[in-house]
Amino acid sequence: MTVDRGATDAGMATTPARPALRIEGLVKSFGPLEVLKGVDLEVAEHEVVCLIGASGSGKSTLLRCVNLLEPIDAGRIEVAGEEITAPDVDVDRIRRGIGIVFQAFNLFPHLRVLDNVTLAPRKVLQRPRDEAEAAGRALLRRFNLEDKALEYPDRLSGGQQQRAAIVRALAMEPRLLLLDEVTSALDPELIAEVLDVVRELARGGMTMLIATHEMGFARDVADRVAFLDAGRILEIGPPAQVLGEPREPRTRQFLQRVVAAGRL
Amino acid sequence: MRRHGGWVAFASTLAVFGLLGVAIVNAPNWPAVQNSFFNSVRFDDALPDVAWAFRRNIELFVLAEVLVLCLGLVVAVMRSLPGPVFLPIRLLATAYVDIFRALPGVLVIFYLGLGLPALRIPGVPNDPFFWGLVALTLIYSAYVSEVYRAGIESVHPSQEAAARSLGLTRAQAMRFVVLPQAVRRVIPPLLNDFIGLQKDTVLVSFIGVVELFRTAQIKQAAAFNFTPYLAVALVFLVITLPLTRLVDWLVARDRRRSVAGGRP
Repeated sequence: MTVDRGATDAGMATTPARPALRIEGLVKSFGPLEVLKGVDLEVAEHEVVCLIGASGSGKSTLLRCVNLLEPIDAGRIEVAGEEITAPDVDVDRIRRGIGIVFQAFNLFPHLRVLDNVTLAPRKVLQRPRDEAEAAGRALLRRFNLEDKALEYPDRLSGGQQQRAAIVRALAMEPRLLLLDEVTSALDPELIAEVLDVVRELARGGMTMLIATHEMGFARDVADRVAFLDAGRILEIGPPAQVLGEPREPRTRQFLQRVVAAGRL
Repeated sequence: MRRHGGWVAFASTLAVFGLLGVAIVNAPNWPAVQNSFFNSVRFDDALPDVAWAFRRNIELFVLAEVLVLCLGLVVAVMRSLPGPVFLPIRLLATAYVDIFRALPGVLVIFYLGLGLPALRIPGVPNDPFFWGLVALTLIYSAYVSEVYRAGIESVHPSQEAAARSLGLTRAQAMRFVVLPQAVRRVIPPLLNDFIGLQKDTVLVSFIGVVELFRTAQIKQAAAFNFTPYLAVALVFLVITLPLTRLVDWLVARDRRRSVAGGRP
């Protein structure tokens, strides 16, 4: 897929590399409830940033805003230098380049795994069926799902379903992948296989923004960890610092609760 | 134990219906009623003609069912269009559905079948079969659009979100993800409406279509004997009973599936 990279802004010459994702002053409310209260965040090309924070801190909402599944109230979001929150932007074109994987998988239950994977390449990118299926099978093989290609999603385990959902997102060759608590709906023994897939993607240089409750995973996969609290990013830095020596008292409190719950 | 229970059910059923039969046959005026409603000579005379005339009803409901499947879907999708731009279309569709569900079907058939041809507009057909078909299609499309709409709304919004996140347009998400799941779920209630439609084909006899009910009426008037209607009843039982059984079986199967935690 050819990627439309937009014109380079002369004012960005000071930045060494144009960030894959830049979020500025993002505000999002649901009715009277302000969920995001001015979020600033940059993710560099090939960088993995993990979002941590309590339930309701706005992690999922932030990801849904980046994927344009939720309209934003203020601020701007740029992907590879292009403002995707501009009013005249073609949202369908933007979404093609941004993959998202959901907590509840959201596979299409009426389609077999291979058809789940090839639907968007065929209908959105107009790929011929045999070409899309060959590419889809290759991706499924890479994630050890080739023998499930012709099964319906309800015949797969939770871990297999989530891996299939990741493959479905990858089939569109996104330049940015958003993962929304992809292991939260899984039984404990199925979490590892999904996290291994994400680790492999990180090694392969995929740019990712990951909302997660798995602190151990965040520590070893993330280049940076951002702590989201009450709609703001309170602290961001290398995982060893944010998870090991948090500067903010709120971050410390959160991590202590996580430790008490046995998740670290 | 089960076999024993089966015999009890059989015996009690036989007893109840036997008693009912005895009560009717021993009623004071039974011989006269038998002669005018259950006359075997009249029955043998009427059945072939009535059954042959039923082909008109079959033509009518087969054509109407195909048209209803299409028009009902169009109206349902019109009512499901989001946003203020589509308000006029939603209003139009809603008004249509409300009016045609509120009016007795006979009135619609009368107005269309007798009223429109009476205007003598050049090019407007005056074939009662044509107007009966139009009237039944309009009446049942209103009901069926509601069935479709319930199906569309039963598909969780996360399915559309997943489709849109892959870059599918709203129309593509509807066509490839939402509708296939919605239609599968509404097949039983759809067939229920078709049973109603098949029975309502007798209403077009009032605007002069010579179908099975009209044929029975002619025979009844000629011999002043009501037995031909028994032939009508028999024809409908033969056609409709298997369909009602099929619907019940489909409903029971779906319930088993959802209890077993099958496909959502």
